[in-house]
Amino acid sequence: MTIPPQALFSQLLIGLINGSFYALLSLGLAIIFGLLNVINFAHGALYTTGAFVAWFLLQYAGLGYWPSLVVAPLVVGLFGVLLERTMLQRLAKLDPLYGLLLTFGVALVIQGLFRIQFGSSGQPYEIPDALKGATDVGFMVLPNYRAWVIVFSVLVCSATWYVIERTKLGSYLRAATENPVLVRAFGINVPRLVTLTYGAGVGLAALAGVLAAPIYRVSPLMGADQIIVVFAVVVIGGMGSILGSIVSGFSLGLIEGLTKVFYPEASDTVLFVLMALVLVFKPAGLFGRVT
Amino acid sequence: MNQRETTTRPALRALACIAIAALLSSAGGVGCKKDSAGGAGPAGSTTTESAKIAGNAIRIGVLTDTSGLYADLAGQGSVVAAKMAVEDFGGKVGDQPVEVVFSDHQNKPDVGSNVARQWLDVDKVDAVVDVPTSSVALAVSEIVKQKNKVLLASGPGSSELTGKQCSPNTVHWTYDTYALANGTGNALVKTGGDTWFFLTADYAFGQALEKDTSAVVTASGGKVLGSVKHPLNASDFSSFLLQAQSSKAKVIGLANAGGDTINAIKSASEFGIVKGGQKLAGLLVFISDVHALGLKTAQGLDLTEAFYWDRDDMTRAFSKRFAEKHKGAMPTMVQAGVYSSVLHYLKAVKELKSAADGKAVVAKMEELPTDDPLFGKGTIRKDGRKIHPMYLYEVKAPGDSKGPWDYYKLVREIPAAEAFRPLEQSECPLVKK
Repeated sequence: MTIPPQALFSQLLIGLINGSFYALLSLGLAIIFGLLNVINFAHGALYTTGAFVAWFLLQYAGLGYWPSLVVAPLVVGLFGVLLERTMLQRLAKLDPLYGLLLTFGVALVIQGLFRIQFGSSGQPYEIPDALKGATDVGFMVLPNYRAWVIVFSVLVCSATWYVIERTKLGSYLRAATENPVLVRAFGINVPRLVTLTYGAGVGLAALAGVLAAPIYRVSPLMGADQIIVVFAVVVIGGMGSILGSIVSGFSLGLIEGLTKVFYPEASDTVLFVLMALVLVFKPAGLFGRVT
Repeated sequence: MNQRETTTRPALRALACIAIAALLSSAGGVGCKKDSAGGAGPAGSTTTESAKIAGNAIRIGVLTDTSGLYADLAGQGSVVAAKMAVEDFGGKVGDQPVEVVFSDHQNKPDVGSNVARQWLDVDKVDAVVDVPTSSVALAVSEIVKQKNKVLLASGPGSSELTGKQCSPNTVHWTYDTYALANGTGNALVKTGGDTWFFLTADYAFGQALEKDTSAVVTASGGKVLGSVKHPLNASDFSSFLLQAQSSKAKVIGLANAGGDTINAIKSASEFGIVKGGQKLAGLLVFISDVHALGLKTAQGLDLTEAFYWDRDDMTRAFSKRFAEKHKGAMPTMVQAGVYSSVLHYLKAVKELKSAADGKAVVAKMEELPTDDPLFGKGTIRKDGRKIHPMYLYEVKAPGDSKGPWDYYKLVREIPAAEAFRPLEQSECPLVKK
């Protein structure tokens, strides 16, 4: 089958939109894994929670999309802080498998509660008025909201990368990852740093959730649908690598988009095939540190 | 150097963990929640509150999707409906108590088959009910036939269940892909929608729906320009919709269901596809989907249903009782079908005074005319197809709706005689002599 260039461009653009979500989600996962060595399986559920918090705010407090973009990540971030302080911290010295099991359990509980309360079809959430409508960009009609998603997530990803790689706070973080004992000896409160990092990573997931709410429905399963793919993205990018998660998030979105054109039946498996290949040839991931 | 090594080793181990976890959960399908049921095995999830009661009880097993994308259109609502049917029948057949058990099949044929085997072999279940997801229903139908029990299929859509793969132990109750194609497909072609492109869920149901609708479209002089197959439970439909858009077909047929249909309709409105002059045809849209979409997005959709709660006094009375037990939600046609099929099953068992021989029970069900408050009078054919009228509805505009769940206006009643595939066209071996 031949694909006209117009169709190809529009598919690439759509891939980029999906990639934005992958990048935001995998970024949070990478940060958490880098510092806490925790495989945060609750990430998808917290993304769902972010969307639900936005929905609650609209339904019960009359707060629209824009305030939610700030408030929801804060609320979910606080929840993350609580989770880290009360549970995850106790597993810090054990094998990462325990953290995985705990967060997996937390994810099941959160998802189950939402499902029991709200059913599986989800709740509608309107696109904010300022971003309604669509723009004709020549080769396709691009909904304004989707354009905003790309721009906003690129901004958030670069800001996060900058904070971690180029600021003093970031250097503490990276140092604490390398050698927590030594960093503590310099008078830095490492446990607090760890807690806040978890909160921030989880906040990113919630942010992605708010962004996704108007596109998909606010549904209990929205996180479960994404999380496995996002794990594949993180593995491909290299566990704990900030840049890796961003780059592979966007590029895998593109690859998935192309698959949907050429062989749609494989669109939900292609990322896992890539993941398997990467694990075979470069087990630390494309951007992972090899020692 | 030592430091480094100690930090990378857990990292590699973690990698392995993730790979395993990812494999486990993708093998387990859409997410992680099903381990509560699947991991523990069917026995763990069979909520037999009264499983210890005497061995002579008649057991009805509601096999459904309680956690995935079809949970709202079937799920716990189907369990509620089955229990209401048993209650309305008096809770007993002769001196045998009737029990309802349920389990989650997670929309997977292997999980559904395991539960069905466990139920029929060990837990002495006499009838399996509901079973949304055609691929699961086809697998379970085969098992039920082997064990000579009864399958009352309300949730699945594939017309194969009463076609090539029909069974003397299966009754297909509520709707099927032929009836949907015949209702919605026909109506749209007649109003000028003569070129079609399909978005098809890539499994038994989607394929059957595409096949049946294509046949209707072609037979009424229309043309099918193409189709794209998407995975079940796909989260993003924009890519598939763009392909449909560039096909320039007048009608985009959504050969999918539940959450998939909702997402597709939502994205279509975002990408201005309807504004661009193409019409969306939700070939299978349930009232729970309309509820989730909101009237603003769903208005104007044509859809075919076997049941609508607000049709007459009897359906309203039932639906009110149902809603009280199911968090205020009105029953979907699948849930209504569960109620009505269980009721008719119990009638047949009462006549026979035994549920032991599944084939005999189904034969009795076919012999007795059906009559209940929800579907009215009807019959069951030799191929297992339950026959009743279908209804073509249009979704109301927000201004016309009096409140939540007031969603449909009737376009046309499709009489029972035209609604389903004529027996002469059936490929069912039970029909051919």
